[in-house]
Amino acid sequence: MKIRVYVSLKPGVLDPQGRAVHHALDGLGFEGVEDVRIGRFIELDVADGTTDEALDSMCEKLLANTVIEDYRIEKVER
Amino acid sequence: MSFRAAVVTFPGSNCDRDMAVALERASGAPALRVWHGDADLPERLDFIALPGGFSYGDYLRSGAMAANSPIMRAIVREVERGVPVLGVCNGFQILTEAGLLPGALMRNASQNFICRPVELRVENASSLFTSGYEQGQLIEIPVAHHDGNYFADQDTLDRIEGEGRVAFRYTANCNGSQRDIAGIVSEGGNVLGMMPHPERAVDPAHGGTDGLALFKNAVRSLVTA
Repeated sequence: MKIRVYVSLKPGVLDPQGRAVHHALDGLGFEGVEDVRIGRFIELDVADGTTDEALDSMCEKLLANTVIEDYRIEKVER
Repeated sequence: MSFRAAVVTFPGSNCDRDMAVALERASGAPALRVWHGDADLPERLDFIALPGGFSYGDYLRSGAMAANSPIMRAIVREVERGVPVLGVCNGFQILTEAGLLPGALMRNASQNFICRPVELRVENASSLFTSGYEQGQLIEIPVAHHDGNYFADQDTLDRIEGEGRVAFRYTANCNGSQRDIAGIVSEGGNVLGMMPHPERAVDPAHGGTDGLALFKNAVRSLVTA
């Protein structure tokens, strides 16, 4: 089973990297970019019976730092 | 009684030797060296130090991989027993990732790696690590980090401030840290995490010796305890 995990900074947590990229997009002349937030995308290949609880636990314990980050899990159908 | 301190080396640690030298200078006893893959620590330790560096190449997040290494399970047990643990720079990041200290250390607000001496104010001179300083004393200690921007939610910040757990504050914020926080202690008082490097300020040749009091005081309070 293929799993996609999207890790993003919580709303309200300042993202200096996103801000710098936003600034760079402005510099390239792209107009109308309201905000840029940078996160992390992780692909997992797990055994078919892997439970949602186990996936949540992987995110809580390692893949995301829930002090500053939110995560979203997406299962990819084959 | 001889002071028994251990310095943990992770793959990518680069301040482990400096930390061992600082501990030996303060205590007169050589520090024991421990490898990240060890499941157990030496017995009867008085002090454990997690050094700076780039453990596991900062994969995933700074300190995230090290926080899950075998030695950390042993360190959590020692923390619960009350053994003092000092985490400097990457060591601080590891302690937050392991949940032994609240908050997280994010990329510096400037996006730049910063490496220079900074001035700190001693906010709490009553911890076993800081009681060699005067309350409010200004000291100069070098920083060298990319991810030193301390973040915690407002409730957590209010709580640690209220409990007097901010050990050191930057007098001029160099990395975007919430409330200028440079170092904090745990609820039990036996864990200190700080971004500046006291082990790089223990010899006149370093340009200053303001870090020495931290190590000397930890040794004094533990040996006489």
